[in-house]
Amino acid sequence: MSVHATSPHFKENAHHALRDVQLQRAMGNVRVGFIDKRAKAAAKLPEFEALRDSARDIKNHTLAHLDLYLEAYVAKVEASGGIVHFARDAAEARRIVTDICREAGARTVTKGKSMISEEIGLNEHLAGQGIEPVETDLGEYIIQLRHEAPSHIIAPAVHVNASQVEEEFRRAHTHLDAARDLSEPVNLLTEARGILRERFLAADVGITGANFLVAETGTSIIVTNEGNGDLTQILPKTHVVLASIEKLVPTLEDVSQLLRVLARSATGQELSVYTTFSTGPRRVGDVDGPEAYHVVLIDNGRSSMLGTNFEEMLRCIRCGACMNHCPVYHAVGGHAYGWVYPGPMGAVLTPSLIGVDKGGHLPNASTFCGRCESVCPVRIPLPKLMRHWREREFERHLSPATVRSGLKAWAFFAKRPALYRLATRVGMNLLAFAGRSKGRFSSLPFASGWTKYRDFPAPQGGTFQERFARERAAGAGRRKVA
Amino acid sequence: MSTARDEILASIRRSLGVTGAERPRRAIVEERLARAPAGVVPARGGVTGRARIELFIAQAEAALATVAEVDAPADVPAAIAAWLRSHNLPATLRRGTDPRLAAMPWEDTPLALDEGPSDGSDLNAVSHALGGVAETGTCALVSGPENPSTLNFLPDNHIVVVDAGEIVGDYESLWARVREKAGKGAMPRTVNWITGPSRSADIEQTMFLGAHGPRRLHIVVVGGGKAAGSGETAENAPPA
Ligand code: SF4
Repeated sequence: MSVHATSPHFKENAHHALRDVQLQRAMGNVRVGFIDKRAKAAAKLPEFEALRDSARDIKNHTLAHLDLYLEAYVAKVEASGGIVHFARDAAEARRIVTDICREAGARTVTKGKSMISEEIGLNEHLAGQGIEPVETDLGEYIIQLRHEAPSHIIAPAVHVNASQVEEEFRRAHTHLDAARDLSEPVNLLTEARGILRERFLAADVGITGANFLVAETGTSIIVTNEGNGDLTQILPKTHVVLASIEKLVPTLEDVSQLLRVLARSATGQELSVYTTFSTGPRRVGDVDGPEAYHVVLIDNGRSSMLGTNFEEMLRCIRCGACMNHCPVYHAVGGHAYGWVYPGPMGAVLTPSLIGVDKGGHLPNASTFCGRCESVCPVRIPLPKLMRHWREREFERHLSPATVRSGLKAWAFFAKRPALYRLATRVGMNLLAFAGRSKGRFSSLPFASGWTKYRDFPAPQGGTFQERFARERAAGAGRRKVA
Repeated sequence: MSTARDEILASIRRSLGVTGAERPRRAIVEERLARAPAGVVPARGGVTGRARIELFIAQAEAALATVAEVDAPADVPAAIAAWLRSHNLPATLRRGTDPRLAAMPWEDTPLALDEGPSDGSDLNAVSHALGGVAETGTCALVSGPENPSTLNFLPDNHIVVVDAGEIVGDYESLWARVREKAGKGAMPRTVNWITGPSRSADIEQTMFLGAHGPRRLHIVVVGGGKAAGSGETAENAPPA
């Protein structure tokens, strides 16, 4: 682990987020938009559900043969003149990238958006070595200026409002006319385009991630709408691809299946604007493109997820649909999750990568409504995986003492049905009596965790079991009549 | 001393409970790589003839590209000059050494041509595509001196010429064409799929064109058999 994680403080982070007016305003943009666009794109393609099955199967097949596909991939990259490096963990990956930059004599490196780069904490490290990293995706550029982590895996600055971007640009771009008009978002875009154009042309090394790697041909693939990833990789002398090992797929046909579900799930586009397939460095006769092509294959915990309950998480293609559809993410935003990956996919992945002791709160950040699983293009059973973490957290005695003793007390009664019925009936009657005037409680002993934020309704007539028995008897009666 | 590569492969094999030497596993992988089976191919791309060209155009326009159709390669320069004029753009154009582009009658137009890769100072560039994919209105371009990759991204306005006969229905058919040229298992240095002009929605999830790449993408389809006439389709309004 490299990036400092605040995941252990998820609860505090969430409280803070709920009171952040700017954040709440910005999150409104997620609640509309993404959901609608995905639904429309899916509806337009009759084969969409079949493609999701196909995407899941391709990923499962690849993971089951990952060692062999990696060997095939490496051989192809080397045959096309590229250089492959393996990194066991974040520190090793950072060291490899730094060495490549040093060897290239790099002073500045441009970067395409890459979640694995965030995961290994590359920017901070490069800066510490006197190499300036420049993020070129507009959203990444904005959060780099704000010294923040991304709050969404495909829309990293989704938590920021236009007025905040204006503020940041005025602070950073002091060489520009102070009287310029930045009141329109399009002017912000134009300003960033101009500033970053110079950085693209001056960079010594370009670092991109990879959405996919193809074993058949030794190809790395990036998918963008801005074109920043392409300028990052074709202008500098050296192109470095950072990819975790589960990005591999067997063939060009397989990647075509995945591309058909990726953009539709992410932004609701039929295909992103730029899908770029790169294989090795400049060829004989080429007049542009990088002279050196490096791939850094990063494990950082993946290989030990294989063969466990959490292997399914390695199918993730980072589309962001699960967070776009998550009520908890909508409410608290991405930063509350405290590390690199937010939302449902982050709640499952984070404990795998940084440990359940640090990330164990995140799987509790779920209402188990199941919307994430229902939209995941590779059909990852996210709620089930979150439940696995909760069980582990409980087994390892990581839940707070109050939760554990409460559950123990409940278990004591639950194992003794007669006692359970009696206790609940007495409890309900007491509560109904105490709450009879207002019909709700604004505070209750032992339940302040609930009543601090909302009222607790007063029971309206017996226990669930009593009512169930009553209605079943009535239902049976009706059926006999019919 | 074991290397990172050995350790990662060993860790994967430990987790999967395999040694890596099992013959049946190797055979499965070799077979899949050699045969590259197609998965689910949307029926949408199965159209042929004029219907395929029309699907390509409709999809490209839905992705906010503009499209013109001409009957023959000789009509391309005039169509490009007219498009530049209609958007009040200067009559300059950069291209690579593609023989199909070189053979066109540029001298009949007022266009001032430059040849070679872009250094970022060009407003307009033209590339010849390897082909188009109708299912999403995507142009496929291949790197090389004929059509340098920088032309796809640095100029403000990118014009792509596509031969109607090279528009295929789906991605799988495109890969078949790439393999015909490069050989199975090999790839050109860069294959760019381009679907509309550059854009970003990173500020408040509102989409604007021209983020880092071209603000406009104009596609000229050659020989698509459009009924006689001016040879031009109705164009989209120029993007904001
Ligand atoms: S878990 Fe599924 S929905 Fe979430 S980002 Fe990954 S692929 Fe997309």
